[in-house]
Amino acid sequence: MNFEFSDEQNQLRDQAQSFLSDNCPPAKVREILEGDEPYDKQLWQSIAELGWLSTVIPENHGGLGLSYYELVVIAEEIGRVVAPVPFSSSVYLASEAILQFGSDAQKQKWLPRFATGEAIGTFAFGEGAGRPSPGSIQTAATEHDISGTKYPVPDGDVADVAIVVSSCDSGDGVSLYLVDLSDVQRDVISTLDPSRSHAKLTFDRSPAELLGSAGNGWGMTNQILDRAAVLFAWEQVGGSQAALEQAKAYAMERYAFGRPIAGFQAIKHKLANVYVKNTLARSNCYYGTWALDENNAELALAAATSRVSATQAFYFASKENIQTHGGMGFTWEFDCQFFYRRAKLLSVNIGSESWWQDRLITAYEQSNQADAA
Amino acid sequence: MDFNDTPAEATFRQEVREWLEANAPTADELQGLDEIARSKLWQKRKYDAGWACIRWPTEYGGRGATAIENVIWGQEEGKFNVPGGVFGIGQGMAAPTLMAWANEDQKREHLPKLASGEHIWCQLFSEPAGGSDLAALRTKAEKDGDEWVINGQKIWTSGAHYSDFGIIVVRTDPEVPKHRGLTYFFLDMKSPGIEVKPIKQISGGANFNEVYFTDVRIPDEQRLGAVGQGWQVSLTTLMNERAAIGGGGGGVGFSRVYRLAQRVTIDDKPAIEDSSVRAKLANWYCQETGLKYTGYRSLTALSRGETPGPENSIGKLVGASKLQDMASFAMDLCELSGAMQGELAEEYGMYPGAYMGAPGGRIAGGSDEIMLNILAERVLGMPQDIRPDKGIPFSQIPTGANN
Repeated sequence: MNFEFSDEQNQLRDQAQSFLSDNCPPAKVREILEGDEPYDKQLWQSIAELGWLSTVIPENHGGLGLSYYELVVIAEEIGRVVAPVPFSSSVYLASEAILQFGSDAQKQKWLPRFATGEAIGTFAFGEGAGRPSPGSIQTAATEHDISGTKYPVPDGDVADVAIVVSSCDSGDGVSLYLVDLSDVQRDVISTLDPSRSHAKLTFDRSPAELLGSAGNGWGMTNQILDRAAVLFAWEQVGGSQAALEQAKAYAMERYAFGRPIAGFQAIKHKLANVYVKNTLARSNCYYGTWALDENNAELALAAATSRVSATQAFYFASKENIQTHGGMGFTWEFDCQFFYRRAKLLSVNIGSESWWQDRLITAYEQSNQADAA
Repeated sequence: MDFNDTPAEATFRQEVREWLEANAPTADELQGLDEIARSKLWQKRKYDAGWACIRWPTEYGGRGATAIENVIWGQEEGKFNVPGGVFGIGQGMAAPTLMAWANEDQKREHLPKLASGEHIWCQLFSEPAGGSDLAALRTKAEKDGDEWVINGQKIWTSGAHYSDFGIIVVRTDPEVPKHRGLTYFFLDMKSPGIEVKPIKQISGGANFNEVYFTDVRIPDEQRLGAVGQGWQVSLTTLMNERAAIGGGGGGVGFSRVYRLAQRVTIDDKPAIEDSSVRAKLANWYCQETGLKYTGYRSLTALSRGETPGPENSIGKLVGASKLQDMASFAMDLCELSGAMQGELAEEYGMYPGAYMGAPGGRIAGGSDEIMLNILAERVLGMPQDIRPDKGIPFSQIPTGANN
């Protein structure tokens, strides 16, 4: 047993941190947030050159073939700087889905392109408000094409390919399809976090290729979500940590009643509580990462545990960061908003806190039944 | 990072398991014994076989095991319903303090008796005038030849009524600022002049005591650290206290309340199918695993030779409130009978007891508020509170009329 990252992994963390502090400062995030560009293309290119997009892609598919421990180190740093790039869609969702369920031909076609950043992938799941279920999916496919509307799809405006969740008549009622988005109608959607772009995708008999087996799509979707949950959780933990650091730095230099406000217990206890939530979430993410890297039977439970605690930690850290800043935290000019926006976006992108709480108990029930059997 | 056992760890775990299976006391063996006798029986059996306080060096009664081996031991012993608890303060707080500050003869004399369960120790720190502000304590010690004469009163002393020895911090110089006038000793609890009076708690129990000292004499050789260095020595004890108290769950944890939610119903269905019940339980599960893995991370740091830091305060801070909230929620799940205790309440009767005991956990060993201060100041590096007593002699510090 060993519950820490290796020296090499910590070295990678240092490199990532120093690269991102130079190449993704808050001013860059603000540029995307305020501007028309969907994402920071220059940063995306540099990240691709560093090999981050290909961390866990096997070498025979053009990747580095490293472990998930390396990938989560990067995910945390991406989250810390609220990077305005389609990293989560392409790496945690699309690459993972194809790695897990793609045929050799599909892997050959897409993984090398994801690895270099030449292609961006995404996961087209939601169809408007409400919790998705096999019965709620309206998008439907024939043998070779797909029709329906998916929204909001993260990075749907810039992605080259999407894994689309579609209804079907067999098995668990859902199948997954790979759809080339070049001829699909895409409408940009506005969200609370314009530093990450979203779109509505309208499929009208769009050519589609089955991913995995037909009628097995709901099970695959859940596995894709479980894997992504651990990686999203690390982004959330990175964001929580950065929000805490920002709040503390401000409290240390902001004077009121003749002293830094960091000296008042109302602020000290607030930030200590942020630290506690962050620490518990981080420790749960260690557990999640181990289960993800081993792809073992505990993954569903460990993923939900990571996800619930990281979602709660980031929300708490980001709102208390604004609170610590007082009125200045509520101004457009200050950067506190980045974390508050991203916290909520990440918490709904792959399903809400309450959904993941439910999944956690379900996973616990299943793992206990497995133990009893 | 690897949550799996290495081959050596797996071998060790197997050895532990086999020994526990063969040696854990049976219900028959424990029949008719009180808590202290049960604990002593089990502790002695572990000691004789080399399984007591396994992290301690062998010359002090331990096994010289690693931090990780100690975790494995704890995991495996936790699967058996074995007695314990009365040794927590001695083995968890007094012993680390002795290891850091006592001389070699004292360590060889006392540590093996702590490990074997022959001696039970208590901790005499808090006073009516000094709880959160521990360094405001007033019990005084005056030098008389090779001895010190102690007069004053301690309070909240768990287990003083059955302890053989105690660790104590007293004021040896009231004319210097408060943290600089303290000195630390250990003493025989059978010394003349010690009077122990139990304090009845809201839970109905009386684990705590008031302890009065009237001209109690302690040999100077039982001083730990220099005269005036008592505060630094105390910090060794306090850090270990938080690690020790943080571990307890009073039996009310996720798996127990989960099983309760499977049995009781809401709208004719098991309560566990209710989404609000699931949400609450999920949060507590996250806290429980978060604490567990935070603890494991500290152990990895420990096994690399880093000292356990103030981040250990998290365990007690989160664990105590979690216990309180879970006990309260479990009673809610029982609905109209939630408050029942005694035979008719069956197993559900444990929840009111846990509920009534829980406030103590949030206060003992440093209140929630003190834990938050420690995290803010020592982990996050935020400024200390403004202290009107800072830098002035203890004798000139203002006190309220009621103290």
